[in-house]
Amino acid sequence: MRENKHHVPETVERLLDSTLESVESAEELALSVAQRAGFDDDDLMKIGMAVRESMVNAVVHGNRYNEHKKVRFSVTQGGDRCTIRIADEGEGFDFNTLPDPLAPENLMRTSGRGIFLIRSFMDEFEVRRREPSGTEVTLVKYAVSK
Amino acid sequence: MSVKLSTRQVGDVSVVDVAGRITLGEGSSALRDLLREMVGKGQKKILLNLGDVSYIDSSGIGELVSGFTTVTNNGGEMKLLNLNKRVKDLLQITKLYTVFDVHEDEAGAIRAFA
Repeated sequence: MRENKHHVPETVERLLDSTLESVESAEELALSVAQRAGFDDDDLMKIGMAVRESMVNAVVHGNRYNEHKKVRFSVTQGGDRCTIRIADEGEGFDFNTLPDPLAPENLMRTSGRGIFLIRSFMDEFEVRRREPSGTEVTLVKYAVSK
Repeated sequence: MSVKLSTRQVGDVSVVDVAGRITLGEGSSALRDLLREMVGKGQKKILLNLGDVSYIDSSGIGELVSGFTTVTNNGGEMKLLNLNKRVKDLLQITKLYTVFDVHEDEAGAIRAFA
């Protein structure tokens, strides 16, 4: 059950290195903001995992651990939602061409479930190509499910 | 806390007690290395006790699949024990729950090996 109390709107932004430590930092930041917003344990787990998977995409597949490339991270809570934006400086790829991880022929693949989990756990998921390069994803979790 | 792995032998079944987080990086690679080592030593019956796993991400799920495939391709069996609700939910939404042979009590899991 979500508390949905009157919480003060809050935004936290960070420019993060392309490391696995940044994945942990982003997850912790998102969780601390979402927790203050009153999300329950179940939603916190979903938000945390969606942020982790998005950060892994940005660090590993987008920036490819390049120390010269950064990940721009922000989390905002206010009103009826928690919004997370994660932007990398990679070459980008088409999310719509990803194979369906639930298809029988893909079930035993050892990768390719990250985007599926993000879509499953968040209420909104949007991908935008950045200029001149990079990908920005926006994740939204409603304080009260629609 | 990252992952902590310990192994014990119950009859001819090798039980791996897994605790902590199975996530991209140290957690998933440690599990992968251990399972490959066990298979390399000829261990054919492997029971993964996930009762103390607090968190698993898509990379960790991938390692469970990879381990299952490695063991099976070498003529062995790998079963899962003591899934908590979060891990169980993850395996269900990824349609992997029915791929793995999942048990809730150790004695029953041990008996289920051929």
